[in-house]
Amino acid sequence: MKIFIAATGVGNIHSLATALRRLGGEPEVTLSLRALREADAIVLPGVGSFSSALRRLEPLRPHLLEAVESGAPTLGICLGYQLFFRESEEGPGRGLELFKGRVVRLPKHVKAPHIGWNTLERVKQTPLTEGVEEGCFVYFLHSYYPVLEEQIAIAETTYGVTFPSIAGKPPAYGVQFHPERSGQVGLRILSNFLGEARR
Amino acid sequence: MPLAKRIIPCLDVDRGRVVKGVKFTGLRGVGDPVELAAYYTAQGADELVLLDVTASVEGRKTMVEVARRVAEEISIPFTVGGGVGSVEDARRLLESGADKVSVNTLAVVKPASIAAISREFGSQSTVVAIDAKRNYTRGNPMLQDEQGREFWPEVYIYSGRKQTGLNAVEWSRRAEELGAGELLVTSIDRDGTGLGYDIPLLKAIAEAVSIPVIASGGASRPEHFLEAFKAGADAALAASMFHYRRYTIREVKDYLRRAGIVVRA
Repeated sequence: MKIFIAATGVGNIHSLATALRRLGGEPEVTLSLRALREADAIVLPGVGSFSSALRRLEPLRPHLLEAVESGAPTLGICLGYQLFFRESEEGPGRGLELFKGRVVRLPKHVKAPHIGWNTLERVKQTPLTEGVEEGCFVYFLHSYYPVLEEQIAIAETTYGVTFPSIAGKPPAYGVQFHPERSGQVGLRILSNFLGEARR
Repeated sequence: MPLAKRIIPCLDVDRGRVVKGVKFTGLRGVGDPVELAAYYTAQGADELVLLDVTASVEGRKTMVEVARRVAEEISIPFTVGGGVGSVEDARRLLESGADKVSVNTLAVVKPASIAAISREFGSQSTVVAIDAKRNYTRGNPMLQDEQGREFWPEVYIYSGRKQTGLNAVEWSRRAEELGAGELLVTSIDRDGTGLGYDIPLLKAIAEAVSIPVIASGGASRPEHFLEAFKAGADAALAASMFHYRRYTIREVKDYLRRAGIVVRA
């Protein structure tokens, strides 16, 4: 199964690609239109900044949106998830607007970045979170979080504020944590995502 | 449930092998970094720190390779530090699979590098490592040690060989302003002694900044971790006590959980 990982910036994409490969996928980190068209699934990784990632994605934007609309399973991770929204306090740029809402900075009274293991509290059961236990720990590394303007939360996490740590409008899903760095739980979520893509 | 406190084993790597120094000198070999990384992941480590203690440029290339192999082996995050001398060094390590890079000497010698790395890769991937030693003789005393004697914490660079005259608490604030997303605070006085973390130092730094602080240097018992967390640390790092299997990570976590600290199961 071919997985298009958007090359949105510099950072650790290696771990994500390794995890997807281990789960049986064939990931390619790229911005090529050909790769996007041939892909069975799309992943927007958590690297770069809101503005720089959008700039890099700009030439692909209409094709990316078309692919998602035509049903390609899509997963946004951390910053990749934040790109799904209209705008972000991190920087200028019009987001992909796959999900209704905006991205804001964590409240001042908590330490930012939010670094470390925090829990997932289920909002609703979906195929993406199958086998993921209530209250399990996943790894976060971020300073911004999305505020939803539609009821698409799948799980929530609290850190100074309660935010949607997983949201989805199948076949598009976003996660604020790093599943590729969240031990067995994270691998389960990635595996569920690939399961969706196989269907 | 709030954010869990993190337990972080640290691997000092010299030319591809894990070693652990006592007070930054007298290195003793203990193993293969990839093997140890997998072992600690299975034991419940929340994160790993790999510190390159190799002096040579050749050795640094080895570290990129170590990072790549560790990233392929484990599914928890890790930070690589030691000898990061430029934005390009940071880029190579992150592209090899490190989640964060830590800068120490470079940050002091060229503070603008913190801003550059933070801009390029995000503050969440930018760790500033601070090695501090108690100075009783000059400067403005600001902290009290266990006997009530006044000292100020001085920043040292080049693996503890060169003193800078910088106050570690003031430097912490400055590092945060420049874009650090986390501080790794090592007490040179305590490193390798097993006497516990430098609590007055951690407390002063945790109060001065609003980014996470990792305590380092001196841990040998589960109680030491509890002291660090009570002083405001968000994570605590240890090497020898885990390498020599005096305690397992699980034993430390069980102790902390009984003491009311939130840790990941």
